[in-house]
Amino acid sequence: MPVERQLPAEDLLLEVRDLHVHFPLDEGTVKAVAGVDFDVYRNRTLCVVGESGCGKSVSAQSILQLVDRPGRIVQGQIRFHRHDADGSVTVTDLAALRSSSRALRAIRGRHIGMVFQEPNTSLSPIHTVGNQISEVIQLHLGEDEEAARRRGIEMLERVGIARPAQNYDAYTFELSGGMRQRVMIAMALVCSPALLIADEPTTALDVTTQAQIMSLLQELQADFGMGVMLITHDLGVVAEMADDVVVMYLGQVAEYGDVDRIFHAPAHPYTKALLRSIPNLDFDQDIRLDSIRGMVPDPFHRPVGCPFGPRCDEVIEGRCEAENPPAFSLEEGGSVRCLHYEEVTLS
Amino acid sequence: MSEANGTLLSVRNLSMFYPVRGGFLQGHRGEVRAVDDVSFDIQAGETLGLVGESGCGKTTTGRCILRVVAPTAGELWYHPREGESVDLARLDTGGLLPWRQEIRMIFQDPFASLNPRLPVLEIVGECLKVNRGLRGSALEERVAELLGLVGLRPEYMRRYPHAFSGGERQRIGIARALALNPRLVVADEAVSALDVSVRSQTLNLLQDLQNEMQLTYLFISHDLSVIRYVCNRVAVMYVGKLVELADTRSLFLTPQHPYTEALLSSVPKPDPRVRSQRIVLEGDVPDPSQPPSGCHFHPRCRYAVDRCAEETPPLRETADGHHVACHLADEIELVGIHG
Ligand SMILES: Nc1ncnc2c1ncn2[C@@H]1O[C@H](COP(=O)(O)OP(=O)(O)OP(=O)(O)O)[C@@H](O)[C@H]1O
Ligand SMILES: Nc1ncnc2c1ncn2[C@@H]1O[C@H](COP(=O)(O)OP(=O)(O)O)[C@@H](O)[C@H]1O
Ligand code: SF4
Ligand code: SF4
Ligand SMILES: [Mg+2]
Ligand SMILES: [Mg+2]
Repeated sequence: MPVERQLPAEDLLLEVRDLHVHFPLDEGTVKAVAGVDFDVYRNRTLCVVGESGCGKSVSAQSILQLVDRPGRIVQGQIRFHRHDADGSVTVTDLAALRSSSRALRAIRGRHIGMVFQEPNTSLSPIHTVGNQISEVIQLHLGEDEEAARRRGIEMLERVGIARPAQNYDAYTFELSGGMRQRVMIAMALVCSPALLIADEPTTALDVTTQAQIMSLLQELQADFGMGVMLITHDLGVVAEMADDVVVMYLGQVAEYGDVDRIFHAPAHPYTKALLRSIPNLDFDQDIRLDSIRGMVPDPFHRPVGCPFGPRCDEVIEGRCEAENPPAFSLEEGGSVRCLHYEEVTLS
Repeated sequence: MSEANGTLLSVRNLSMFYPVRGGFLQGHRGEVRAVDDVSFDIQAGETLGLVGESGCGKTTTGRCILRVVAPTAGELWYHPREGESVDLARLDTGGLLPWRQEIRMIFQDPFASLNPRLPVLEIVGECLKVNRGLRGSALEERVAELLGLVGLRPEYMRRYPHAFSGGERQRIGIARALALNPRLVVADEAVSALDVSVRSQTLNLLQDLQNEMQLTYLFISHDLSVIRYVCNRVAVMYVGKLVELADTRSLFLTPQHPYTEALLSSVPKPDPRVRSQRIVLEGDVPDPSQPPSGCHFHPRCRYAVDRCAEETPPLRETADGHHVACHLADEIELVGIHG
């Protein structure tokens, strides 16, 4: 995908190109990710937004080859740019590595940290917070237990855990939801990775706790300069956190661009409809919410032609039913998969 | 939404304490004050919102009103008709029977609240069989009518819940709640599990049904942007207590409780040009079995004075219809959504 955004090439961390991930099931094949492209840069936050089941989590899990069986990357590249202290850059295609390979295990948790959608399932209830953090540190940084403990407690303090030394020895079930999410973030960041992938890190939390976690992520990014890929279905969180936005629909990127353009000059009919359907705190909106008609088709019955066609208000008769639009570049930056933008394509 | 015309339910000094057991002797160790001395009215035809953080007692309040549980203390005066009143808190199972048809619930989780082994006809029709003695084609006709009301095809009545999407399941739950022509519907996080597009469809549906069937809603949600859309008035809870109650506009534009102010400021605004000046509340919601002394909010309140740790502020009316429980309500200037 041509991305004419003039973002500094030396800050490029991750290039995902034409990614396809399939789940072969008895009822048929679920094409969870069907040709996805995006980039992540140092010091920038990319938000991936879309409705349930559109492939956000599977895209993120693919980067570290953590997709559940029988899911499999069937096509595409995931080029990770490792920046070393001496200024050299090594590019590795993560999609070409085996999930259990040493090369990939050396990257997971060390260069790319991940915070998952379900903190309860990704933290162990039978090990203390400290056990789990020091395991990561010892594995990747080769520090002894004492040094790991010091580093771990420091990190807990950094993510705003009260009484860090005491909580280092606590079990995760003794912590509140917000504290557990902070522990997850501490574990993901303790080796100072270049890239943090966070899948709905605040969805299960109250708005007040969500505000704490969002502020924390912003602070940590300012300190460490990491690139962040943040997955969410909440457009408020996107507006608050993103530099760049990927809007997904049915396993594809419907629209990509910088956050201001996405909210103030959305191009794709789906992006426009999504923005119209969010309730807002203001009182100057009509009391009736706009909604997108119909619903997301089930994954076994993908529409022919444009995937958004059956729900779209701007259908071009005779074309949208037949063609799945490719990504067209927009003059103002970013790209959109909609036939209305065919003419404006820069080639 | 329709105009208010009289009080349908008066909740008076409602409390619900759950015992906390623990230790190897399983002795009584205290209690969770899930709802602690809460009073409010619900007007016929209105939508009253109940907001607050997880664990503050919203669901428990709803469960008391539905009399799924017997409250520890307090009264629940239901006014079915002009001049008639009944205290639901004092009735036993038999006495509650007639009122159970008038007060119904829509649940949070559209996946867990429908029995997967029953077809939609049984799920929606169950209460019609029990309470109205409907059978055969009469039952099917009424279920078909209800499905039509919530925008589902009548043919779907033979299908099982797994064949529906989240939004459709929530509609089945709504159809079930409406089967007996209720007057008061308690909707507990009814749209929280739904995606934006399906959520807005469901909210519009709830509003249409309210107009058609003259329904009154107690709308429980932790999502302030949804509350702002559907509610006429809003009650804010914090650790088992009501801290503010006002019509939606004044609550959002001129909040008077510091907790409401913080809640409003922490909702992310869907516009990157107004990245908010969030008030980040420090710390966690207190444990309701050991609430802080005085005003429960004082350890997290940025306006707190010495008195706040000692005296519990009562809920009092500070302006027309605006109730607030804060010692400093008359002295501090708080910021609403236009801050
Ligand atoms: N383990 C699996 N087996 C089969 N299909 C799967 C599996 N995991 C995901 N899928 C399918 O892949 C598609 C994308 O799922 P994914 O979890 O990425 O969605 P999402 O965008 O993260 O949704 P949500 O907002 O609900 O988290 C869906 O159709 C889903 O049903
Ligand atoms: N059956 C129960 N037994 C013991 N404690 C309970 C029970 N139900 C709720 N609670 C407690 O009461 C408090 C209020 O809970 P709830 O009303 O469910 O909150 P909300 O709906 O506002 O999230 C919480 O601390 C919760 O753990
Ligand atoms: S290609 Fe056609 S159907 Fe698809 S989004 Fe554009 S106008 Fe709508
Ligand atoms: S009573 Fe005191 S602590 Fe409580 S909200 Fe008011 S100012 Fe804050
Ligand atoms: Mg997901
Ligand atoms: Mg609840």
